[in-house]
Amino acid sequence: MAEWKAAKPENKVLGWVEERLPILSLVNNVVGPDTPTPRNLNYWWNFGSLAGLMLVIQIISGVVLAMHYAATTGVAFDSVERIMRDVNYGWLIRYMHANGASFFFIAVYIHIFRGLYFGSYKAPREVLWMLGVVIFLLMMATAFMGYVLPWGQMSFWGATVITNLFSAIPMVGESIVQLLWGGFSVDNPTLNRFFSLHYLLPFVIAGVVILHLWAKKISDSGNPLGIDVKSSADQIPFHPFYTVKDAFGAGVFFFVFAMFIFYMPNALGHPDNYIPADPLVTPPSIVPEWYFLPYYAILRSIDFPLGIPGVFELVDAKLLGVLAMFASILVWLLLPWLDTSKVRSGNFRPLFKWFFAFLVVDMFILTWLGAQKPEGNIPLYGKIATAYYFAYFLVILPVLSRKETTLPLPESISNPVLKPAE
Amino acid sequence: MSTLENTHHEEDGVTRRDMIHVGAGVMAGVGAVASLWPFIDQMNPAADTLALASIEIDISQIDTGSAIIVKWRGKPVFIRHRTAEEISEANAVAVADLIDRQTDEERVQAGKEEWLVVMGVCTHLGCVPLGTKTGEEKGDYGGWFCPCHGSHYDTSGRIRKGPAPKNLEVPEYAFLTDTTLKIG
Repeated sequence: MAEWKAAKPENKVLGWVEERLPILSLVNNVVGPDTPTPRNLNYWWNFGSLAGLMLVIQIISGVVLAMHYAATTGVAFDSVERIMRDVNYGWLIRYMHANGASFFFIAVYIHIFRGLYFGSYKAPREVLWMLGVVIFLLMMATAFMGYVLPWGQMSFWGATVITNLFSAIPMVGESIVQLLWGGFSVDNPTLNRFFSLHYLLPFVIAGVVILHLWAKKISDSGNPLGIDVKSSADQIPFHPFYTVKDAFGAGVFFFVFAMFIFYMPNALGHPDNYIPADPLVTPPSIVPEWYFLPYYAILRSIDFPLGIPGVFELVDAKLLGVLAMFASILVWLLLPWLDTSKVRSGNFRPLFKWFFAFLVVDMFILTWLGAQKPEGNIPLYGKIATAYYFAYFLVILPVLSRKETTLPLPESISNPVLKPAE
Repeated sequence: MSTLENTHHEEDGVTRRDMIHVGAGVMAGVGAVASLWPFIDQMNPAADTLALASIEIDISQIDTGSAIIVKWRGKPVFIRHRTAEEISEANAVAVADLIDRQTDEERVQAGKEEWLVVMGVCTHLGCVPLGTKTGEEKGDYGGWFCPCHGSHYDTSGRIRKGPAPKNLEVPEYAFLTDTTLKIG
């Protein structure tokens, strides 16, 4: 664990506050000059702070949008259109919020896959990793409920399909779905509670982010070599070195973000969501937002029961699909115990590298499959891609961590000369 | 603590104060759980939602071979005036081959076989199947086709192909007169 250094501000007022509430010390020890950080962090390490910035942008833009939005089925759609047309800069703030969700997910996905490649889930960072998974699950719930609020066709039917997933639970499924809806279909009570929760959950996320940073402080940042810090020569202060590097990365990231907001604000959305919700007409195809597509593809790929179809079904097809979808993310929680290789960084794992690259490709394929109509060969491809996804975590990683011959690790971060082979 | 020292100890080390602690803890726990229920139950359908339980529909305008959609409890209901061929088609199927085994008789009212009344909600994930309006795709079995995940229903609203596990649900309904249908 990194040691704690108390800040001693020269300013008397700050000093007076600091004695009573050491908030400067807190900042100083987490992202300040007294935060020793591995000197070799590459640009993949930028995405944590980017995700944090996106959370701040989402909260600020969202609080403002809530001042103009009405969560009632009769007027929700119109109130969003009013934001777009009449509220001063409403179009800008709404496009920031809608595209902000996508960019939040982009940052978080890169952050997660950075962790998967560089073994960020391994000791001593297991809890840090698991808190990250919790943040991701909360983000998914928040994004899903946010997408319902404009009350367009995709809002309504997305909400209908996703809430109906819970009807797969044996015995109590129907009651749970009615409890979620507050009625017999997705309707006004549903919209109201989703708005309430959509406002609440980002602050819960912010709370878990604080725990996430706390856990990071305890275990220190990992690094691309995946070896432990040996001496202070391996480290540089977080400020100014990484604050500047993070700021530069943020500049590049926001440049792309702004391109979407100003030049293609609807590129990541679905045009059907500009049609007001109609409970009597299902759109020709219901497609979730892009960041849910891989899991949606997994859900649809499972169209067979556990057991012998029609004779003895331990778990029916619908429930099995839902379980597989949730399991596809929950399996991340078990990663520290599935991948037992002592070598953290994928750079020194010649076989792992390839399987990991396939996993990345597999995620893109699943994303593409999730957006296709389930016809022709699409369901078959879905089964293959789903099989590889689970095989990577449940079979490949456990076997690989026992069988793989890893490359020799460098002596230290500051002296990256390879140890002679023994 | 001094209070503990002053407490009379029984032979087995259990004090009267322990009993008070356990009792108070249990009561607080029961109270906490009991007060949790209103916060869960408030999410269930409210009284006004439950009150919108039934509707009456004039079915005299539905020609043989056509169907309408009405909204009941926020969900679509299909009312289909079936042709003689559609009825015999529905009866011709071997029940043992069905995914959700039901005869056509079990799904309509005796003497009113031409009227099929089913919830317009796919039993997979709740989309509205196509096939009620003229020109819409009716699927491989002449009934309904769900565009979301490709479930096919027959002329009795029974699931024949695709991921849906059950037949289209038949709501509670009654014929008040020959031309008036009450759902709910």
